[in-house]
Amino acid sequence: MSMVRALIRRELQSYFATPVAYVFIVIFLMLMGAFTFYLGGFYERGQADLRAFFDFHPWLYLFLVPALSMRLWAEERKSGTIELLMTLPITPLQAVLGKFLASWAFAGIALALTFPIWLTVNYLGDPDNGAILAAYIGSFLMAGGFLAIGSCLSAFTRNQVIAFVLTVVACFGFLLSGFPLVLDVFSGWAPQVIVDGIASLSFLTHFADISRGVIDVRDLVYFALVIGTFLYANTIVLGWKQAD
Amino acid sequence: MIEIEGLTKRYGRHKVVDDLSFRCGPGEVLGFLGPNGAGKSTTMKMVAGFVVPSSGSAVVCGHDIRTATLAAQQRIGYLPEGAPLYAEMTPAKFLDFIADVRGLSGGGRQARLAEVVSLLHLGPVLDQAIETLSKGFKRRVGLAQAILHDPDVLILDEPTDGLDPNQKHEVRELIRSMSEEKLIVISTHILEEVEAVCTRAIIINDGRLLVDDTPEALAAQGDGDFDAVFRRITQEGTPEAEAA
Repeated sequence: MSMVRALIRRELQSYFATPVAYVFIVIFLMLMGAFTFYLGGFYERGQADLRAFFDFHPWLYLFLVPALSMRLWAEERKSGTIELLMTLPITPLQAVLGKFLASWAFAGIALALTFPIWLTVNYLGDPDNGAILAAYIGSFLMAGGFLAIGSCLSAFTRNQVIAFVLTVVACFGFLLSGFPLVLDVFSGWAPQVIVDGIASLSFLTHFADISRGVIDVRDLVYFALVIGTFLYANTIVLGWKQAD
Repeated sequence: MIEIEGLTKRYGRHKVVDDLSFRCGPGEVLGFLGPNGAGKSTTMKMVAGFVVPSSGSAVVCGHDIRTATLAAQQRIGYLPEGAPLYAEMTPAKFLDFIADVRGLSGGGRQARLAEVVSLLHLGPVLDQAIETLSKGFKRRVGLAQAILHDPDVLILDEPTDGLDPNQKHEVRELIRSMSEEKLIVISTHILEEVEAVCTRAIIINDGRLLVDDTPEALAAQGDGDFDAVFRRITQEGTPEAEAA
């Protein structure tokens, strides 16, 4: 665990040593605000809740999280530091966990900085703060799922643009897997069990439950499984590249 | 201390390292020589645990790099080719990270960090981003990282590449001063370096071991002209083949 902690610290130092962290946080907060108040119609709805805020998280994450995850491994490959990292006495799993947890903590910081919107809604009305907390947890878990997918795909390439595009497409698939856009690809030929399985993978469906304030164990397990599966795949990809 | 047995690396049909076997022990400074593309770096990457061999084994201090990777890597200090570093970090923070990963703690940690910083004259640049440093400083940060935990085995891929004559001299002095109790393997194509610091020279070409001898004996073959011997060996095959 001390190895993972050392890696997390190093990663976070790198985020804040470059403008990446600040640009990301500022843009994230600006877009969150713009979406909530303009597209979401926060005032017009006249309700003391944060639906107008949370409903846009999946779509914002779709583009912002891959921008965060694309560098995780691609940059290490490009600069050659992956050779340094993998010859230190660190297991691939520790390396993957360290990088992932650092990026997740960073996403958490950005998410936590949206707290003024919570203050605002509490000032204007009397919202269900338990439901808001649940939605924040759901949003954080969803960011973790996106980051795990992005980290895994980033390990395939030394090109950050490729990592970004692949991750956006993969995340888009995961977001919409409960919708005809994705399901129609499979429904013509795959058995119903598989189609149902794919439909149940949708980030959107699972996030929708949590963001209404209902924390269902199944949704938590779902996000934990997505994160676990992609991080495990991430270690396998690293192994392939070393044997290649 | 390093036992290499039948080490082979295949990329497709091409054998980059072909059935390489040798042993070396403490007190030796082994010069690993060969033209560009001879397989020097690939061999070092395999011994350091970055590239997985196609077949054969490398045992470092009794630990097989494939089955006891971490135990072997703990004993090795490794400078990868080109000395890749986290460009956005400062040498101080970077070395702190390495000290974390190498498990240095307590009072010994600060003392060792200070010792390495003064050995490699990194004092003036400790708080400057690595990407802004000159090539000589970058190389020395890479060396500092490799020797920080006082490893039994040092593997240095072209340690003096890009240094000016004074810096080259200093690095050679450093290697010589550490050579008594350690095994040091350096790769180079600078022949004067082999004569200056190495106690043993191995010449490889096309991944195969051609010569394993002392630098003095090699130089004697060409009446003191090391360059001529190197050219003859690597261009025309082994001296034995020539004699026959």
